[in-house]
Amino acid sequence: MSKLAIRVKGLSKRYQIGQRVNYRRLTESLTGMLAAPFRRREKQGDGHFWALKDVSFDLRQGEVLGIIGRNGAGKSTLLKILSRVTEMTEGNVDLYGRIGSLLEVGTGFHPELTGRENIFLNGAILGMKRPEIRRKFDEIVDFAEVEKFLDTPVKHYSSGMYMRLAFAVAAHLEPEILVVDEVLAVGDAQFQKKCLGRMSEVAKDGRTVLFVSHNLAAVAQLCTSCIVLTGGQITYAGAVPGAIHAYESAQRTTATTGSWQNTVADDGTQEAYVERFELTAENGQPRDTFANSETVCVRIRVRVRQRQELLKVGFELIKASTVVWRIHHVDTVHPMEPLPVGTHVLTCRIPPHLLNLGEYLIVPQASIHCVKDVMKMGEPVLRFNVQLDPSVSSFHGILNERNHAGVIFPLLQWDAEAVAERP
Amino acid sequence: MKVAIVAGGAGALEDVVNTIETEVEGEPLLRLRPRRGWQAINATELWHYRDLLWFLAARDIRVRYKQTVLGVLWALLQPVAAMVIFTLFVGKLVKVPGDIPYPVFAYCALLPWQLFSQSLTQASNSLIENERLVTKVYFPRLLIPFAAVLSGLVDFAISSVLFFVMLWYYHIGVGPAMLLLPVLVVMVVITALSVGLWLSALNAHYRDFRYAVPFLIQVWFFASPVVYPASLVEGQWQVVYGMNPMAGAIQAFRWALLGNVEPMWTMLAASGATVFVLFVGGMFYFRRMERTMADWV
Repeated sequence: MSKLAIRVKGLSKRYQIGQRVNYRRLTESLTGMLAAPFRRREKQGDGHFWALKDVSFDLRQGEVLGIIGRNGAGKSTLLKILSRVTEMTEGNVDLYGRIGSLLEVGTGFHPELTGRENIFLNGAILGMKRPEIRRKFDEIVDFAEVEKFLDTPVKHYSSGMYMRLAFAVAAHLEPEILVVDEVLAVGDAQFQKKCLGRMSEVAKDGRTVLFVSHNLAAVAQLCTSCIVLTGGQITYAGAVPGAIHAYESAQRTTATTGSWQNTVADDGTQEAYVERFELTAENGQPRDTFANSETVCVRIRVRVRQRQELLKVGFELIKASTVVWRIHHVDTVHPMEPLPVGTHVLTCRIPPHLLNLGEYLIVPQASIHCVKDVMKMGEPVLRFNVQLDPSVSSFHGILNERNHAGVIFPLLQWDAEAVAERP
Repeated sequence: MKVAIVAGGAGALEDVVNTIETEVEGEPLLRLRPRRGWQAINATELWHYRDLLWFLAARDIRVRYKQTVLGVLWALLQPVAAMVIFTLFVGKLVKVPGDIPYPVFAYCALLPWQLFSQSLTQASNSLIENERLVTKVYFPRLLIPFAAVLSGLVDFAISSVLFFVMLWYYHIGVGPAMLLLPVLVVMVVITALSVGLWLSALNAHYRDFRYAVPFLIQVWFFASPVVYPASLVEGQWQVVYGMNPMAGAIQAFRWALLGNVEPMWTMLAASGATVFVLFVGGMFYFRRMERTMADWV
């Protein structure tokens, strides 16, 4: 058994409600202080919530621990405490090694500074010393493939270059314990592949990695063990397949049928806000079960606050933890103008005879292409079933989800041509 | 036991970069515990992060000059405009000790005042402006207001050049007291930093302070001997007046550069004591708030 890298015991973190969402006003605080002696002791939990409650685990060197859970389950809070961005309310953590965290790609990058200046600044922010950065400079530049633009302000970089450079600096941190949060959610497929590659290299070097992701495939590929957080508590700890299974079965129950209303209040800071997702038949009637010969309409109600060329709103369609597709309103047969300011209902029509039988989940998504998410992509919010339309096939009654393999089930043209009269 | 950490390069293995010593199951390198109340200042850690301090300050300076068309001219425009206005409207009313021309008298005080007000404004907003850093990476948060006040020094240096041009134009010589100038500059910066520490931490928690800072600076301006000589305040009131640290600093600036006023040591001592209290208090207050700053900013 290898040596201990991290020991977390009884870790809890309490937030005041309203904290992080709204800053306080001094007057409120003062009146609160004055009123305090006159207030009756309120019930525990009033005005507070526990983002983490009594979390304990050990992690040994060389292990790659995946942390999965819904939004708000406490994953980010856990990483923030481990990387010392914030402090726990109770419990303790022992770290047996230098810790480096990557909670975001490009933290501290300044658009006005050149690539070279940003490498040094970002490196220092991540805890590297000047000689260390200088030593790795060429390697970082190589990895990011930006040699020619080193002395150009990064605001002129393409988003791909920007992401590559930002990740390159972070990827050359050499802590014994690396904490990574959802960095793979942005950027194109090639970039994501590069990130994953670099992370598994890090792991192969025998360093310890904590990895938070919604990308279950990445977790399965990278991690040696996994914990599932639910409501701030560990609900599963152990092997990766078991964790993914536990997470998925918990997830199924979170997705509703018919329609979903965004429960996260619109804080007004984002360019767009997704209000609602709804599944209907072609005639507008809300449904949760469709025949495979029917059109499935996904209606998205979105509030656009700022006209953005690169705004894209859409969803991921998931079946059996596999992403069937990720699609946005810009991926369309008839391209449309960027959405003007106002509230819109986008309708995506999934044509008949495309989806195979079975249960599907929908994960909403909205982002400014390659720049940022305007809605944190997380859990499936809707689920629906596709069933066999008996009139389509004479095999009805025999066909079901289990014995009809494949992601899609199209009706294709088949021809029969007689080529000989006897066998 | 020796553990070699091998760093992987872009595809290729690199030489051994880091060799550290770790006890098997021994003492952890770092223990994280919930802390309560007042915290000591961790000087070792601050020293470890000194590179970051320079990088942050350099960023602020570069960005300031890169984004403006007039660039360094801005550093001159503000004090010069203020000097012209004061000369035209206040200069007639105020009797300047000695035979110093009013523009030189005012500009000499505007130098430390601009340094102070600019550094203070920067420091007060520094935590909010660096919100992304504060919520995503760990480093001693003290560096943020520290770096913010440092960046004000460049503007100060630029506007000082003009001051010496003015001295030459008006044929005013400087004495050996000028050698004390660096000490006085440090005093002004520390004054701005001390108040900035309080305000930045408060600003992160209570956004009211965002509106309070410009107001505070305005009031402070008139409470400091910029447009009028400090000698207007007489007798034992000078000690009280000196509790405004900028009063002592500005008076000392005039003494060091123009030599036409008495240094007013009691006033300077009162200012020094106030700065000391504000600074130590500010450091500890900031440290106290630092633990959960990321949750508030």
